[in-house]
Amino acid sequence: MRVPIVELKGASKEYVNGSLRVTALREIDLQIFPGEYAVIMGASGSGKSTLLNLLGCLDHLSKGDYLLGGENISQFSDDQLSDIRSRRIGFIFQSYNLIPQLNVLENIEVPLFYQGVSEAEAAERAGALAERMGLADRLKHKPMELSGGQQQRVAIARSLVCDPILMLADEPTGNLDSKTGNEILELIDELNAEGKTIVMVTHDDDIAHRAQRVVCFRDGEIISNDWNGASAP
Amino acid sequence: MTTLPLIRMVKLAVKNLSQYKLRAGLTMLGIIFGVCSVVAMLSVGEGANREIQEKIQRMGSNNILIKSVKVPKDETSTETSRSMIASYGLTYKDAQQFSQYIPNLKASTPMKVLRYDVQYKARKLQTDVIATTPWFLRVQHYRMMRGRFLTSSDMEFGSPVCVIGSRLARILFAGYDPIGKTLNIDHDAYTVVGIVGDIAQGELPPQGELWLEGENQNVYIPLRTYLNKRGDLFAQWSEGGGTFEKIELHELILTIDKQENVIRAVDTARRILRKNHKVEDYSIVVPFELIRQARETRRLFNIVLGSIAAISLIVGGIGIMNIMLATVSERTREIGIRRALGARRQDIVMQFLMETLILSLSGGMIGLVFGALIPLMITAVTGVQTVLTFSSFAIAFTVSVTVSVVFGIYPAHRAAQMDPIEALRHE
Repeated sequence: MRVPIVELKGASKEYVNGSLRVTALREIDLQIFPGEYAVIMGASGSGKSTLLNLLGCLDHLSKGDYLLGGENISQFSDDQLSDIRSRRIGFIFQSYNLIPQLNVLENIEVPLFYQGVSEAEAAERAGALAERMGLADRLKHKPMELSGGQQQRVAIARSLVCDPILMLADEPTGNLDSKTGNEILELIDELNAEGKTIVMVTHDDDIAHRAQRVVCFRDGEIISNDWNGASAP
Repeated sequence: MTTLPLIRMVKLAVKNLSQYKLRAGLTMLGIIFGVCSVVAMLSVGEGANREIQEKIQRMGSNNILIKSVKVPKDETSTETSRSMIASYGLTYKDAQQFSQYIPNLKASTPMKVLRYDVQYKARKLQTDVIATTPWFLRVQHYRMMRGRFLTSSDMEFGSPVCVIGSRLARILFAGYDPIGKTLNIDHDAYTVVGIVGDIAQGELPPQGELWLEGENQNVYIPLRTYLNKRGDLFAQWSEGGGTFEKIELHELILTIDKQENVIRAVDTARRILRKNHKVEDYSIVVPFELIRQARETRRLFNIVLGSIAAISLIVGGIGIMNIMLATVSERTREIGIRRALGARRQDIVMQFLMETLILSLSGGMIGLVFGALIPLMITAVTGVQTVLTFSSFAIAFTVSVTVSVVFGIYPAHRAAQMDPIEALRHE
């Protein structure tokens, strides 16, 4: 049996908001296998963002276990989680989240900076990815000088630069027109075809059809977990 | 886990700072002014202090200077109003008792300081004639330029010899070699046996003459010789009559063997004088005490300067903290992004601390340059002595960097403690 990239066992997340206790996730069990393209859907407040943050090691579970690549990281320290984020996870955000004062190349290099990769190597790897994203002539441009689609390409290049085992996308086309959005989605399909494991949060049913699997959330619980035609691994 | 390479952190910081050039520049101003004022104040203070110390030191820290002081008429009128002769000041009796009773006394140098016309051939000039003993040279640390100083045999025999100051030699003997020549001091003939060098600055208070301080145009003669010829009565003729003054000794320099014995010797001297004199027609100057006072003054001065400097640096530090807090909150989202991409808390701390450090280092550096230039300008324009010491640079620099790092830690810490999820959501 293949080892899942992501394995959540009885994962719960609770927030204390003033005197109010909010349960964002209720004892979730979820497995995502290498090479999978999973879409997470649900109304806002359903817990899908919380799930993405947890998968991205930005947050700790209140209860349960999280195994990433077979390694239980539930009890990892803040520094250890930082290291996991920089080496194993690629983030793609709705609002791109590029650093405005850095140019395209430098933005792509940021994760490498925190791994201590040398400047020369970082520039080479970032340059190669930028070229692949069709940004070769934009390397010295600041994010503000790029279109939304280009910015998202920079963000995708940045998420790929560390060769992560898991890519997390939070409504990556939410800020884009449908044509540009489509291009980005095609790019993501391409990456998945190359074997990248992708988890994407979206509202859009059309996008959901591209994925092999759709996980629906409501009130912190998984209400459906379907494989689009494909069989469960 | 290791820390990130320093050079790259520096590069990143410089890059970030260059985004806000005006802001960075204004923030730096606080540090620039702080460091600059510290260095400038310290160097002016040090200069003033050194000047005073040098002056006092030259008087000799083992010496006690006692001078005769003319007491205003109304105070002495009861005794001397009937007499044409003003009689005051130190007496031989004082000197003799000093020698007898003052413990650890190494030497006592009596002086008469008189104003006479001095003449060589057709050249004539009024100057100070100092009748003293051979010890004088040792006490005053003059440098002999030619010939010899007064000797004990001069004293014993009352020889009519004199030693002249280098300036007097130049003026009076222009072109001639003064040694062996005969000089007239108020019509008494004296043979020149030596020339002494310049008076160290501030040695003898100039009495209104317009010669350059430090140039010596005094005449030194054996006290014995003078007493034999003139006695203690000094007559001075001016328009509308003459005055007679009877002063046995104008000045007396007591040299004590060790500095720690000076205070005790002063007490004894004061007791003797109080007993012998009905009015206080003398003054006692103790260079050793002056040095102590100067040191105390300096300490106070330094405390005051230090406080001002500290305040200005703290103000600069608060400026930095203010700006860094604004920067951190402005860049909340960037912090979130960096955290999501793998930055550890310490990386964020380092990033912001490095920016603070670069601000304060460069501000400090510029401040040092200005701080060094200002005293130079002060010296050039006003002639006031200033001293740039390495320690003032070091103090100013270290303190400014320390202050800004201390003030930079809080904003950096705040940045690092942000929840990455919250920070990413920040607009």
